[in-house]
Parts: sequence; structure tokens; C-alpha cells
Amino acid sequence: MRYSGFRVIKEALTGHKGWTPAWRDPQPKPKYDIIIIGGGGHGLATAYYLAKEFRQSNIAVIEKGWIGGGNVGRNTTIIRSNYMLDGNEPFYEFSLKLWEGLEQDFNYNAMVSQRGILNLIHSDAQRDAYIRRGNAMMLNGADAELLSAEQVRREYPFLNFNDARFPIKGGLAQRRGGTVRHDAVAWGYARGADSLGVDIIQNCEVTGFRIENGQCLGVETSRGFIGAGKVGVAVAGNSSRVMAQAGMRLPIESHVLQAFVSEGLKPVLPGVITFGAGHFYCSQSDKGGLVFGGDIDGYNSYAQRGNLAVVEDVIEGGMALFPGLGRVRLLRMWGGVMDMSMDGSPIIDRTHIDGLYFNGGWCYGGFKATPASGWCFAHLLTTDTPHPTAAAYRFDRFEKGRMIDEKGMGAQPNLH
Amino acid sequence: MIINHPLLGPCDAQEFTYLGDARLIDRPDGMAAGAEAAFFDYDYLRDNPAGLHRELWFHEQGDRSWLVVTRNTVTHEITNVELARDVARNSGRSA
Ligand SMILES: Cc1cc2nc3c(=O)[nH]c(=O)nc-3n(C[C@H](O)[C@H](O)[C@H](O)COP(=O)(O)OP(=O)(O)OC[C@H]3O[C@@H](n4cnc5c(N)ncnc54)[C@H](O)[C@@H]3O)c2cc1C
Repeated sequence: MRYSGFRVIKEALTGHKGWTPAWRDPQPKPKYDIIIIGGGGHGLATAYYLAKEFRQSNIAVIEKGWIGGGNVGRNTTIIRSNYMLDGNEPFYEFSLKLWEGLEQDFNYNAMVSQRGILNLIHSDAQRDAYIRRGNAMMLNGADAELLSAEQVRREYPFLNFNDARFPIKGGLAQRRGGTVRHDAVAWGYARGADSLGVDIIQNCEVTGFRIENGQCLGVETSRGFIGAGKVGVAVAGNSSRVMAQAGMRLPIESHVLQAFVSEGLKPVLPGVITFGAGHFYCSQSDKGGLVFGGDIDGYNSYAQRGNLAVVEDVIEGGMALFPGLGRVRLLRMWGGVMDMSMDGSPIIDRTHIDGLYFNGGWCYGGFKATPASGWCFAHLLTTDTPHPTAAAYRFDRFEKGRMIDEKGMGAQPNLH
Repeated sequence: MIINHPLLGPCDAQEFTYLGDARLIDRPDGMAAGAEAAFFDYDYLRDNPAGLHRELWFHEQGDRSWLVVTRNTVTHEITNVELARDVARNSGRSA
């Protein structure tokens, strides 16, 4: 069924009786050509592009819970391509371009909102770093704009410009950045993949791999063995656990990141703001709630909840930047489990096991990557070669000393 | 989280800095054969279990001791706390 304005009006007039489920609920087949493990944004996008762009068929996505119940539905929904390093910037810009055409492409309203993102500048050194970053972005075809303190004040008059420690001295804006309705990304890709024949199998946990003579033949699941020509793993915070079932150890630790939503307010924040000096980022949802976050909890965790110390830390950062936040009530907070890689950058690669492919290590920045991650993983699964924009995201970069350390923090995931 | 320090008693985890897997105590010998591979493993690869995890915490805002804390990464429950010094000595290291 195609969605359109006409359709909405017709259904409104006929009691909404014509809507059908957006995707099927099929029984698993004994064997697929390609199985994707993980029905999050990345897994569903991979399946969609495999079918649509790379003309593959006989594909299944296997999800242990409900699709969209993982990080894709738990994040603060910010999209942007304001990276700096060669291995990263072309990839994230490719992703931003895909976001721009996404809704027309899969005929689903994902509420892609290019309301702009502004990284605030608080010191001369930070200004130099952001000028350099802006130049790197423009060299890669992205947009970047340096704002003076006065220009920032015009757009965000209520920020604390005179903080003794971190006065606002300007900002680096990316007008094409913004936010996207996260659940709708999973639903849109699921619906798109399903309509191209992909089986989306929910409530089916992968518990092991069948590997013989270095070849992956399929997966053991809570609903029995399912054979596969190729298996792609895209399980976000569970990467280490799933890949351990194939006998692999990864350059990854799982950590918790929390997100917060306030009560609904009238429009106050036109775009996304980030406070790099203290680590706080905030946007306003279309329902009016302020959506914000900060640092990870910083120690290994698979608990989908965080600790109060970090709540305090995030809100202190927010108050320093945005004193009016102190008058606002907090409605909800939650945590998601992310796989923090050792250099803070992702991995999209084949493994040493034939037919087994891996996509993970997205740390807390993988939502914006969803379309490009799916596209590049689909490219890898189809052609066995990395997509040009994801060519640096290999497993061997740690061994070979080619880390992509965007934050310059070294090999300690809790610092990224 | 409260970490029950073997010498100081219960302390708030906020006083500590986290380093990661307690296996980091067993630093490979840089002069031995195969050191390059051993250091790749040591620096980058992790078991990252969901469940019991032995990990290093540094009492930065306290007595500056290193502790080996056994914690459940699913429930945050801490079941054992040892001085890293004792763990290293018991494993045959002198320092
Ligand atoms: C609080 C928070 C805020 C964030 N904010 C942002 C942001 O503003 N911008 C941004 O770019 N990124 C952000 N991120 C990061 C981003 O959400 C993730 O990197 C990204 O969503 C991960 O990819 P995914 O959507 O495929 O993961 P998920 O949605 O977690 O998908 C993985 C799926 O695999 C399934 N699975 C796991 N194990 C198995 C198994 N054994 N068998 C079958 N299925 C399995 C899980 O159930 C899950 O549904 C944030 C993350 C968090 C937690």
C-alpha cells in the first residue's frame, strides 16, 4: 500500500478501515541467501538496500525482540555530517545525502527535519579546531558555517553567553544537520524491505552459528536452525556477545548512554545545540519536549538503564549553557547499550569466517549513519568488497595502526 | 554504585576512575617473541561479557589505590573487591 495525502483523506472519510499492516509476520524458511541478524535501523536498512539497490532476493532479518526496540528507538535522533577525518567525513556526508531523499525513497514519513546543528565555541583553541573541521567538511562537499557570538545570540538569545568558565564565543553551524523521528526510521525501512520480499522475523533470537570448515552455513535460533548463504551481523550493543558465538573477540566494550526528555514546551530551540566544552547536546522534539544527553556512564554495562551520577553531570552541563533548563521538569530518562570501539569509529567488514560479515562499533553516533551503514553493508554483502566511503572501517586497522580516532582520545573506549 | 574498598570501607563509585578489564594487569613482555601480536590483543581486544566482569577501578579522589572489582555488567551488583596490588602479587608478580 502506498501512502499519500489523498490516501490519508480517503481513510479519514471512510473510518480508517482500509489501512493494512505495514509489514508481514512470516514464518522463517529453512534457508535464505542472506540473513541479517538485528532488526535495528542498520539491519533493516541493510535488508532494504540489498533488495532495492543491489537486487538481491531471498533475504531475512532476524530480530530477538520487536524491530526498533534497540538503540534505533532509544537515541536522541541527531543527524549531521560534521566530522573531520578522511575515513569518516565522506561516509557521514553520504549518509546525510541519503537522509535527504529517504522519505520519498521509501514512501514513509520519517520526519527528517533539517533544522540545523550548532556546535558552540567556548575558547580560542576550540574556534581554531572548528574552523579546521569546517574546512574539512567543505572539502568533502558538506556545508559548514562559522558564526560569531552575535550571530549565535540572534538565534539562541537565552543561552548563557557570559559563563565565567565557558563563555560562548561563536559556533560552527551545519544547516543541513537536524533530527529524524527514530522509530519511523525502523518502521519505514521495515515496510520498504518487506514490500520488496524481505522476511522480517521477530521474536527470534540468534543463539549460535553453524560454522564448518571455516564457512558459516547459517544460524541457530530460538526458533530452530536457519540456513544461509551469507550472514550479516548488525546487533549494535550486543556485538561482542553475538560474535563470541562465532569464536571472535572484538575491539569493543559495551557501555550505557542515557537520554532525557523534558515536559512539552512551546518552541524554544529552533535547532540542535551542542556544548563541546562540557558535553551536552539538546534539541526540541516536534511534541515540544527538550531531548538531551551527554556523556556515557563510562564502564562496561549491559543494563539498559544508567546511574544517577551521570544524570547530575549531564544536567549540570545543560544548566551551565542553558540556565532556563532549571525551570523545566524532566519527564523521562533511559539508557541504551552501545558497542564502544577502541578508537570510537565503526567496523563494516568481512570476518575470517567465509560467509560471515560484521557491522558494529557505532558507539553513540550510529543513528545518523543508518542509511549509509545499510547501503555500505549491503554493498559489502553483495560484492565482497568495501564500499568506497566505508573502506577505512576494517577490522585490521587496530593491528596496522590505522585507527580513525576522531576525538583524539587514544585506545580507550570510555573516553570516546 | 558503592564500591566496598578493602581498606577504607564503602566508597561512592564517583570517587573512582574506570580503566577496564582487570586482565590489563597482565601486560605482555615487550621484548618477548610475538610481542606485536600480544600487544594488539592486550591493547584492543576484549571479552566484554554480559554478566560477571573483573575490572580495574582507580581511587583517584581517595587513597589513589587500584582495585580489582568483580561486578555484574547486567545488574551492576558488585560481589568482590580486592586491591590490585594483591591480585598482581598472588599471580606471581613482585611489584
Ligand atoms: C541514549 C542514546 C542516544 C543516542 N543518540 C544518538 C544521536 O543523537 N545521533 C546518532 O547518530 N546516534 C545516536 N545514538 C547511537 C545510535 O542509536 C546507535 O549507534 C544505532 O542506533 C545502532 O544501530 P541500530 O539502530 O541498528 O541498533 P539497534 O536498534 O540496537 O539494533 C540492534 C538489534 O539487534 C537485536 N539483537 C541483538 N542480539 C540479537 C540476537 N542474538 N539475535 C537477534 N537479534 C539480536 C537487538 O534486539 C536490536 O533490536 C544514541 C544511542 C543511545 C543509546
